[in-house]
Amino acid sequence: MKRLLALLLTGMLLGASPARADTELTFYYPIAVGGPLTKVIDGLARQFEKEHPGIKVNPIYAGNYDDARIKALAALKAGQPAQISVLFSIDLYELLEQDVILPWDDIATSADDKDWLKAFYPALMANGTYKGKVYGIPFQRSTIVLYWNKDAFKEAGLDPERPPANWNEMTQMAAKLVKKDASGNVQRWGVMVPSTGYAYWMFQAFARQNGHDLMNKEGNRTNYAHPDVIAALQYWRDLGAKHKVMPEGTIEWGTLRQAFTEGKTAMMWHTTGNLTAVKDTAKFPFGVAMLPASKQRGSPTGGGNFYIFKKTTPEERNAALAFVKWMTTPERAADWSIATGYVATRPGAYETAKLKEYTAGFPQAVVARDQFNFATPELSTFQTGRVRKLLDDAIQASLTGQKAPADALKAAQQEAERLLKPYR
Amino acid sequence: MRHVYGWLLLLPAAVLLIGFTHYPAAATLLDSLFSSGTVVRPSRFVGVDNYAALADDPIFTQVLWNNFWFALGTIPASIALAMLMAIWVNDRLAARTLVRMAYFTPTILPMIAVANIWLFFYTPQIGLLDQLGALFGAPSHNWLGDPHTVMGCLVAMTIWKEAGFFMIFYLAALQSLPPELEEAAKIEGASRWYFFRRVTFPLLMPTTLFVLVNATINSFKLVDHLFILTKGGPNNASNLLLYYIYQVAFSFFDTSYAATLTVILLLLLATLALVQFQLIEKRVHYR
Repeated sequence: MKRLLALLLTGMLLGASPARADTELTFYYPIAVGGPLTKVIDGLARQFEKEHPGIKVNPIYAGNYDDARIKALAALKAGQPAQISVLFSIDLYELLEQDVILPWDDIATSADDKDWLKAFYPALMANGTYKGKVYGIPFQRSTIVLYWNKDAFKEAGLDPERPPANWNEMTQMAAKLVKKDASGNVQRWGVMVPSTGYAYWMFQAFARQNGHDLMNKEGNRTNYAHPDVIAALQYWRDLGAKHKVMPEGTIEWGTLRQAFTEGKTAMMWHTTGNLTAVKDTAKFPFGVAMLPASKQRGSPTGGGNFYIFKKTTPEERNAALAFVKWMTTPERAADWSIATGYVATRPGAYETAKLKEYTAGFPQAVVARDQFNFATPELSTFQTGRVRKLLDDAIQASLTGQKAPADALKAAQQEAERLLKPYR
Repeated sequence: MRHVYGWLLLLPAAVLLIGFTHYPAAATLLDSLFSSGTVVRPSRFVGVDNYAALADDPIFTQVLWNNFWFALGTIPASIALAMLMAIWVNDRLAARTLVRMAYFTPTILPMIAVANIWLFFYTPQIGLLDQLGALFGAPSHNWLGDPHTVMGCLVAMTIWKEAGFFMIFYLAALQSLPPELEEAAKIEGASRWYFFRRVTFPLLMPTTLFVLVNATINSFKLVDHLFILTKGGPNNASNLLLYYIYQVAFSFFDTSYAATLTVILLLLLATLALVQFQLIEKRVHYR
């Protein structure tokens, strides 16, 4: 009945005006970092509409990454139109399994389009490519970086311009940075690494630095129980339990930024997506560095990609392509990077005048990009929710002292094996 | 003809009840007998396999226990507190409206907002709790990051949130008590405590039953705060049944196992409600 009515109405409209009807694009997007970013996205959509008459864009803010995926999938199931969405880069296998997305290669067919697909940093394409086809176009992408408080370094007698380069240095510096009051209560911790929400992501950095990735390329095998991986978790646990430079127990992702800007920890590991928010609130000079190395440097990439859904008309696909291409031009990538701290997704963006000027005055903004040389894709497998939670639980059990790292990771690996066997 | 008329009157309520309560319950039961399907792997009938899987799922056992402790922690405390507050603000005290309003405020706030506020109460070092503690020289504690304290934190917050709501029901009940009873008791020389124990408390029993049923349901239903505060962590120490259902359904996309867990939740709530009505009904005096 509703559909009939809609048809009738459309018919009447078409009859009334011979002009081409607007193509409407609805897209869901998540925000996982601080700052008034919905305004920025709305502003970008309006600007695009102005430059592209005939296309209407409805951006819908959908909460965090999990919420966004749920809302987008629910909308699709309910038959509501959503042509594109920014979703977690690691949702790829889930979206494939649900058979709702298209490879961009199918739509981006002109020579110009093909060049566009190759314009991004290769490190950012790893999470969006499956069997040689590109499903995710990098948009808000990050790596983990180390933020340090230069005033605290000075106070502790350390060189404020030299962040720790490896694990040993980080432990030693952190020990010097711990500040206690007269009764022995800690006033400032040496370092904090968040372990709620995205514990597996932080742990990927430790594991990579210790020489290992946690999953294979096909997304059907995990590597949780390798001795070096266990040693990596042991190091994380020891920061709190043995060296006493980090609070014991888990550390909340959401409040860590405040803890850092209030001077309650001298160093923190956090997403580069928080860079602008830290810059705006920190009342002290701070530095941003690549994460320290053990056997090598390393950080997972993270963040969101543009996906296009199968249930779209050819006109909508063309409009979507135009929009996503526009959103990822070097200029837009530069704007978005400045507004958030996310990495600009393509080398060309760093050649634009505004980003050149910005990074000259704020060199912290290029650290995450330089870290791409050591980057690894974010943990993503088939059955990704379960496989990831196994690791999250193992990490939290170790950090809270409920289980030894080796026991926790071996149990997680065993369970992951069981889950992933059918996909080999 | 009158027959039809009667059915027509019943229709709106029946449609809503069937559409939003009975049909979903039946569909859930049916779903729990199938495997989760995707486009690539269609779902198939698996009988009671999903129920057998419950026994092997350590997280399921843990969330049941967690829910038990959460219920035990929140229900009696919030009811007792609600009754106490109601009796207190029922008296003729100065600025009575203001006090009542203050007690009721937590109820008006959405749970997500409340959780965001309490997140900063519990945050180590910069949180209110730790700053108050620091005045007395107490060391900072990682309240939500320690599996031993996280449940207590959630319980305290929930009591704070719920008690004001239940207070309103008690207040209404107290206002409807005839004042002659109190006058008579005074003449007889009954103490305040004796009067409460033998008169007020028994007369409040219907309200208590109502509140008890609500509190029990809420202890299973209320999980909004977990999204903000802990996401069920650390290592499931604060995970509750409904939140686990959410994780299984929307993070693992295992809809049939989620349906199985939902059936368990439904059975649990139905049993609790029946027991409460059967047992306590006997001790309730309706007028």
